[in-house]
Amino acid sequence: MAKSIDVSDLDIYYGDFLAVQGVNMTIKARSVTAFIGPSGCGKSTVLRSLNRMHEVIPGARVEGKIMVDGQSLYDPSIDPVAVRRQIGMVFQRPNPFPTMSIYDNVLAGNRLNSKRMKKAEQDAIVEKSLRGANLWNEVKDRLNKPGMGLSGGQQQRLCIARAIAVEPQVLLMDEPCSALDPISTSAIEDLIHELKSEFTIVIVTHNMQQAARVSDDTGFFNLKAAGQPGQLVEMNATKKMFSNPDNEATEAYISGRFG
Amino acid sequence: MTTTEVTPTHASLPLTGPRLPQWAPALVGLLAVCAAGLLAMLLGWGIVAFAFLAALLFVVALPLWSVSVEGSRGAVDRLTTSLIWVAFAGAAIPLLWLIWTVLSKGLPAINAAFLTYDMRNVVGDDQGGIYHAIMGTLIITGIAALISVPIGLFCAIYLVEYGKGTRLARWITFLVDVMTGIPSIVAGLFALALFVLIFGPQIRFGFGGSVALSLLMIPVVVRSTEEMLRLVPDDLREASYALGVPKWRTITKVVLPTSLGGIITGVMLAVARVIGETAPLLVIAGKTDSVNLNPFSERMTTLPVYIYYSVTQPGTVPFDAPPGAEAPGIERAWGAALVLIVIVMALNLIARLVGRIFAVKKG
Repeated sequence: MAKSIDVSDLDIYYGDFLAVQGVNMTIKARSVTAFIGPSGCGKSTVLRSLNRMHEVIPGARVEGKIMVDGQSLYDPSIDPVAVRRQIGMVFQRPNPFPTMSIYDNVLAGNRLNSKRMKKAEQDAIVEKSLRGANLWNEVKDRLNKPGMGLSGGQQQRLCIARAIAVEPQVLLMDEPCSALDPISTSAIEDLIHELKSEFTIVIVTHNMQQAARVSDDTGFFNLKAAGQPGQLVEMNATKKMFSNPDNEATEAYISGRFG
Repeated sequence: MTTTEVTPTHASLPLTGPRLPQWAPALVGLLAVCAAGLLAMLLGWGIVAFAFLAALLFVVALPLWSVSVEGSRGAVDRLTTSLIWVAFAGAAIPLLWLIWTVLSKGLPAINAAFLTYDMRNVVGDDQGGIYHAIMGTLIITGIAALISVPIGLFCAIYLVEYGKGTRLARWITFLVDVMTGIPSIVAGLFALALFVLIFGPQIRFGFGGSVALSLLMIPVVVRSTEEMLRLVPDDLREASYALGVPKWRTITKVVLPTSLGGIITGVMLAVARVIGETAPLLVIAGKTDSVNLNPFSERMTTLPVYIYYSVTQPGTVPFDAPPGAEAPGIERAWGAALVLIVIVMALNLIARLVGRIFAVKKG
């Protein structure tokens, strides 16, 4: 069920400002792909364009092709809402819905779309998703408590549970661990390993050890030069990227000589 | 013998300084009141002059004492603190005074008959009532809220969610700001002119009053709702979009519930603003002594209009009344004012309760 993504000649704009230029890559199904690179080089922008979240910002637009399962995401006939149902997203800061309980937060994707379900079916989805997000044992006794009452790491796992409850094909994660402590981070990294068997995962991270630990492939983004648009410098298997990258800039970045 | 003692310089670091005792403000306050009271008694001043003098003495004396003991920084702190307390008292005392006056003058007028009778055929100091005015107030204000809340809410949703940064949104914001400044009598005259054009010069009805009030209410609802919607973090909208939820569902099920408490408070403030309006209703809703529950025909009295007429046409003091008694209309006006305040208070309490039920839950 997981899908691969083919990106070709992708240019991303904010209004007249060209943020990212000429990205070509293939994201393999049922694997973890990490995007690394210095701040402001367009990693998150590329990630957001993969499920058409980019255009939520006024004036933002995309040129080029992103193919998922033989369909071009930016074709005029494509419904962006349907795209986002297939390609879920987890954000940098945990953002559970403050008006909802833990239970309702997990079901939010279904509830907000007014999907009618039997109570037993709902319970099953909640338990499966929370188990999938490694959160079930911590919250099973207080499912009706507000989601905002959890700790930061728990909230982030709640957001992951919410994202996988709608059973997307692809899961995009935008620096999911940057606001978390090492223990929560390691819980989420374990989770990424488990989710890999079912979902295609793309993760943006500033933490190179994390990219090395969790990903199968890594893409390195960088600005062409100061004031120039960002670009994909190199994309390779993670092992190769971290031992013997093709590009000098990649090696310099990974070994900490710049950025 | 050689002395190798090193003077411990940081041991004498002065962390303590002279401070006034804790009861200093109370003592100065007491002395200020006594001194001002003495002077006021000797010179035969009234209570306002006395209170003013006492406050002035307090604000001057406490910092003076402080500057001689605590130094300049302590004195400035004392001065600012006293000014803030005086300002607070200056704001709170008139409010308490007003509530006390309305309660003491209005309570004697209130009884079951006062709340359930109207003023039809009431002569002199016969038992009259304000039932017609209470119903008029509730109906006219209720319809005004029914008109303005949807318009204001949808307008604010457009401004925040759809029209961000567009020229149309800027124009709407500008016009809403202009509308906020419309004098209420102008809104009443506009409603009168509008309905005179449609129904002829003799038209007076409650619905016209509602239209006039909604002109005053809409800008308040728009502005407060807009502020509340802006407070909802974009994170939540994006979280909802990322779950494949369409924009309109995101607005109705995520944005609005999150800001509902604030929106309700804003609506209640708008209601409280218009429920006491007199001028626009005088010109378009008119005045009657009878109960009229139909807003679409005939004149309709509201509490402010009733108060206005009771004060300006209070009737005559009955010949057998004890000396110093007031005209019957005056007492009824105080009673109606008390009822109006109670209605506004009750609406506020209900709004707070509803707001708390829908408030964002934590922990």
